[in-house]
Amino acid sequence: MTVTVYVPCDASALSLGADDVADAIAKEASGRGISLHLVRNGSRGAFALEPLVEVVTPRGRIAYGPVKVADVPGLFAADFLNGGQHSLALGLTDQIPWFASQQRLTFVRVGIVDPASVADYVANGGYQGLRRAVAMTQQEIVQAVLDSGLRGPGGAAFPTGIKWKTVLDQPAACKYVTCNADEGDSGTFSDRMLMEGDPLALIEGMTIAGIAVGATQGYIYLRAEYPHAHRALNTALAAAYQAGYLGSDVMGSGKRFDLEVRLGAGAYICGEETSMLESLEGKRGEIRVRPPLPAIKGLFGQPTIVNNVMTLATVPVILQQGAEFYKNYGMGKSRGTLPLQLAGNIKRGGLVERAFGVTLRELLYDYGGGTASGRPIRAVQVGGPLGAYIPASQFDVAIDYEALAGIGALLGHGGIVVFDDTVDMARMARYALEFCAVESCGKCTPCRIGSTRGVEVIDRILGGVASERNLQQLEELCEVMLQGSLCGLGGMTPFPVTSALKHFREDFRARTRH
Amino acid sequence: MQPASYTSGGYLALAWCLVVPTRCALNVTPTLPPAHADAVCRIVADLKGRPGPLLEVLHGIQAALGYVPEGAVVLVAQGLNMSRAEVHGVVTFYHYFRRTPPGKHVVSLCRAESCQAVGAQELAEHAKRRLGVDFHETTDDGEFSLEPIYCLGNCACSPAAMVDGRLYGRLTPERFDAMLVQEQGRDK
Repeated sequence: MTVTVYVPCDASALSLGADDVADAIAKEASGRGISLHLVRNGSRGAFALEPLVEVVTPRGRIAYGPVKVADVPGLFAADFLNGGQHSLALGLTDQIPWFASQQRLTFVRVGIVDPASVADYVANGGYQGLRRAVAMTQQEIVQAVLDSGLRGPGGAAFPTGIKWKTVLDQPAACKYVTCNADEGDSGTFSDRMLMEGDPLALIEGMTIAGIAVGATQGYIYLRAEYPHAHRALNTALAAAYQAGYLGSDVMGSGKRFDLEVRLGAGAYICGEETSMLESLEGKRGEIRVRPPLPAIKGLFGQPTIVNNVMTLATVPVILQQGAEFYKNYGMGKSRGTLPLQLAGNIKRGGLVERAFGVTLRELLYDYGGGTASGRPIRAVQVGGPLGAYIPASQFDVAIDYEALAGIGALLGHGGIVVFDDTVDMARMARYALEFCAVESCGKCTPCRIGSTRGVEVIDRILGGVASERNLQQLEELCEVMLQGSLCGLGGMTPFPVTSALKHFREDFRARTRH
Repeated sequence: MQPASYTSGGYLALAWCLVVPTRCALNVTPTLPPAHADAVCRIVADLKGRPGPLLEVLHGIQAALGYVPEGAVVLVAQGLNMSRAEVHGVVTFYHYFRRTPPGKHVVSLCRAESCQAVGAQELAEHAKRRLGVDFHETTDDGEFSLEPIYCLGNCACSPAAMVDGRLYGRLTPERFDAMLVQEQGRDK
């Protein structure tokens, strides 16, 4: 009898040795004459347990982790292929508290399926959303997305349905669907995990978007730092074409949709939608002045949907289960679920998908288990390098677009970076400005010059040169960048700086710099 | 005070001597070894029909040659009917495109917040000392190029690095050294 064993091929799991573990398991099995079906799945997202090896048993999938190569002979000796007891045994994967308490809609198949297999995808609920969509009118599809309350997890949290409706209403013959997979924010990796673990969900979502608005060509703009996701996407695209889910006759509907991956080249600014469009056109990734909106005049001057990976990968479940189903998750104006990512100095980092409304404290302590260093958490940065630093006194805030905005923070892409009490917040503020200077596209002055001047001003403060006057100047500079920049890079870099100044002002005292 | 001859044109000849060679140097068209030129022309020919092909072309060149030499810029500009300045502008905008040959291995060390929260700064100092180079430099023996990178998406396992497309996590100075040995071991 052949036993099925899952060993993740997620890049993070690979960074912890998953390939070597997979090789060791295959070798040990063949040495023992055991027939093994080894599946390389995505990661379930609990990186404290990776590499997480799962065995399919009549009771369900049983997990072992974190597995090292040296553990493999012992696992075989303990008969792990039949769910045998071992010090690394974690029981049924679905019952591990980290997973059991999550509400996975976007990530429902990540870590479960073989990302390269259309058959596995379909067997786990895949392509049911598209099946429904091809039987609906374009207006009905757009209405379903509108009714679901789905919002983009970018800085603006813009309702997805409104973007789609705008593109649908344009009379142009040529339209595009583009996916912003330039996941550049530190502390975020949900896009990467999805593209590696369930790439067909993104492909299905983009196909639905194309049919909804009448676009026949889609592009996934993927950052060059993600070679594993690049391979996973291309494999899945080829499989989807082969199975008739892409191309000239999508699912026998007579409708055409073509999709390809385009690689970025290491420019953070290309995560800004107009800059991404410039880059897709093969140009410098300088942002465009809006209006016109991309939905009216986007890629190659045509009406274009620009959505995030998370947004597009959530569309299939909305079409499959209905707008009401999705909308019933969440709180206030933030409907549905959000894949949150715990990163930085955290004991149990990884991906937690929960409905909006979960508190920051639950995430940091119940899921995260506090810091990896064992020291108290002093600050967390939510929403990437342009997100505010939040002090411990505000950890009871709910994860919700409006609640976070209420304390001067933003949710962004749901990345949460944890710092312990050894963090130097003046250094982090300086870094925010330094990063902006490195990554500025140069189009507008507040961002291009302001970021460099900001670094200099912080250096003067820390160097003890007229500290009070320079602190005031820093605040004024932040105000100018916030109000005067053309896009979110210059316009939001002040958030980490001013929040550090507000909550951790004691770190900005003069010191002897080493 | 300026010498009288400066204003009266006496230094004109000297000025020409200084200016002319510089102008000539700028006008020289950098060339590539024939094999490289062929590779570049093939990549351009393969991709020029695609919409907005320049980034694709540059990726192709860097994948083939390891970097985007100045000589390639000229050929790409000709092939895509663009100015050399336009192509130069794109090459230099993106951090990923190299204009000099890389070492045998490219070590990209993450400098972003998540990695900083668990010692990326100290790790970077260690990496520079260990390799004897700064960021954007290559070791004298040509083995390693050290590059900064801003997020590899391995933030739950920070600090992270990537070597020739292979991802590493939870790095310490010791694991960094072991990583270098392991990567060099692949050459044998």
